[in-house]
Amino acid sequence: MTAAIRAEQLAVTIDKATLLHPTDLSVEPGSWLSIIGPNGAGKSTLLRALVGAARSKGTVTVNGVDMASMKRTERARTLAWVPQVPIIPTGFRVIDYVLLGRTPHRHPLAAERPEDLAVVQDVLIDLDLGDFADREVASLSGGERQRVIIARALAQQAPILLLDEPTTALDLGHQQEVLLLLDRLRNHGQTIISTMHDLSLAGHFADRLVLLAAGRVVADGSAADVLTEQNMAEYYNADVTVTHNNGTVTVMPRIAPRIPRTNPS
Amino acid sequence: MNATPTTARPLWLAAGVAFVIGAASLALLVGPTSIPVGGTLLETLDRLTPFTIDSGLSETQQAIVWNLRLPRVVLGLLVGASLATAGGTYQGVFRNPLADPYLLGIAAGGGLGATLAFVNDFGDGNGAFDGVQIAAFIGALSAVALTWLVGVAGDRTHGTTTLILTGVAVASFFTALQTYLQQRNTENIREIYTWLLGGLTTSGWSEVMQLLPVAVVLLAVLAMSGRTLDIMAVGDEEAKLLGLAVPQVRVGLLVAASLLTAAAVAVSGLIAFVGLIVPHAVRLMFGASFRVIVPLSIFAGAGFLVLCDLAARTILSPAEIPIGVVTAFFGAPFFVFILRSVGSR
Repeated sequence: MTAAIRAEQLAVTIDKATLLHPTDLSVEPGSWLSIIGPNGAGKSTLLRALVGAARSKGTVTVNGVDMASMKRTERARTLAWVPQVPIIPTGFRVIDYVLLGRTPHRHPLAAERPEDLAVVQDVLIDLDLGDFADREVASLSGGERQRVIIARALAQQAPILLLDEPTTALDLGHQQEVLLLLDRLRNHGQTIISTMHDLSLAGHFADRLVLLAAGRVVADGSAADVLTEQNMAEYYNADVTVTHNNGTVTVMPRIAPRIPRTNPS
Repeated sequence: MNATPTTARPLWLAAGVAFVIGAASLALLVGPTSIPVGGTLLETLDRLTPFTIDSGLSETQQAIVWNLRLPRVVLGLLVGASLATAGGTYQGVFRNPLADPYLLGIAAGGGLGATLAFVNDFGDGNGAFDGVQIAAFIGALSAVALTWLVGVAGDRTHGTTTLILTGVAVASFFTALQTYLQQRNTENIREIYTWLLGGLTTSGWSEVMQLLPVAVVLLAVLAMSGRTLDIMAVGDEEAKLLGLAVPQVRVGLLVAASLLTAAAVAVSGLIAFVGLIVPHAVRLMFGASFRVIVPLSIFAGAGFLVLCDLAARTILSPAEIPIGVVTAFFGAPFFVFILRSVGSR
């Protein structure tokens, strides 16, 4: 099977600092890959290099086609990007913002066609945003806003979705909501590549984890393979307990037992 | 779900047209010479439409309407529409609410060009392709070109901050040269000063005919670019990843807006404030999408400037107040009023 996206010797160097050492990576269509790693490991850099936002060396092929040979609009029809902190223009309404996702499907000077509006409508309804279409994006809660940003990416109708820390700014409930949404998309054949901070959630939802440390892939495989106490100690410098329960891997910080309070009397 | 994307609705465009016609009619009817209202309107229709209508005006009155008042009104419409639309475009391209058409040095360059022409007696600023107009046009475009060359060449990131700061530097430099020339040539200081404050004095239709073709073409181009400006509103990186050729689009829009501004400056001097506040007023009243801001700024700018010119020539009649003074004097409180009543959207 042709990989949805394949990176060969992909490397990023900025001002002589190597942020990503030459990396090979290949992602199956319809799977969810989560990139994890400590702060500064190069997670976002790898993601940005894959989507073409960071200047990189090496090659990225998408469905067997070299990205460098693809037109800008063709790329945007294949890869959709959800940045960690997107710029939301002041005063933009949800429907106008999501409609921006149709950019690669029409000429910039041309009006949107009925099918563009139909796609936007479908996406809004699918993401339970129908009632928000008229609202200003800035007036929404964090979880709703994240759904709107994902909606814009889905309006691109690209088979591959790349998300930089899609849940970091959200509370537990909204994290779950967004991850369940991505899970549903993956079940519909969408290829998903995300960076994640929460290891247990990353392990629970993704098909495969790639652990980065200091700009190199140091572990690659299932949650059980990657989320080991040894890896956490070595690369996160963290003292954790990893428990396995019905295929779910949970990573918990090991906390020293509390010192019992002495009775004041 | 019944929401529709933001667009300039037909009703809003009709309101824009009505505002322009209302402002133009009012400006046409008011002047130092009293001319019958009906006759003035009939005379205008007689001249502008294929129909032959007897307005009942004397030949002198006809000449006042056709050769003095109407060209001035039309020039005001064109200059106002040009400055407002160019301002809205600049604000979109730079994603900066403080941007105006003079951001990259057009005003300072135009001022230097005009001053050079005045002190060397190349012309007086009136008529078609007068020396002052040509010098102002060339000076304005030279300043933008210099800003672009220095600002983009000196910035590896191709961001807009360096470009804006370069614009500030180029404008200061050109203004220094202009001020020096002005102070060295005190015999020209009055006409230079008058030009710098802007004005819509016309000699028949020559200024209008000079600006008209440029303005029509470029206003049409910019009116269609609202969608593109909306895409650019999410920032360079995201716009690129949405498939927009950001650097090329930015150059294209800046060239169009700068040419339009320079052409307007050449015939009307430096009219402040219109390019800054009109697009904001439109945004506050009708919505934040450039698909609304750009087309409606054409009408709002045109009507606003004609009304300001009406005030400029009637308040101290027969003396004239520089129009730049009027745009700021009435524009600023009006803008604050909108800001307060609509709230910062």
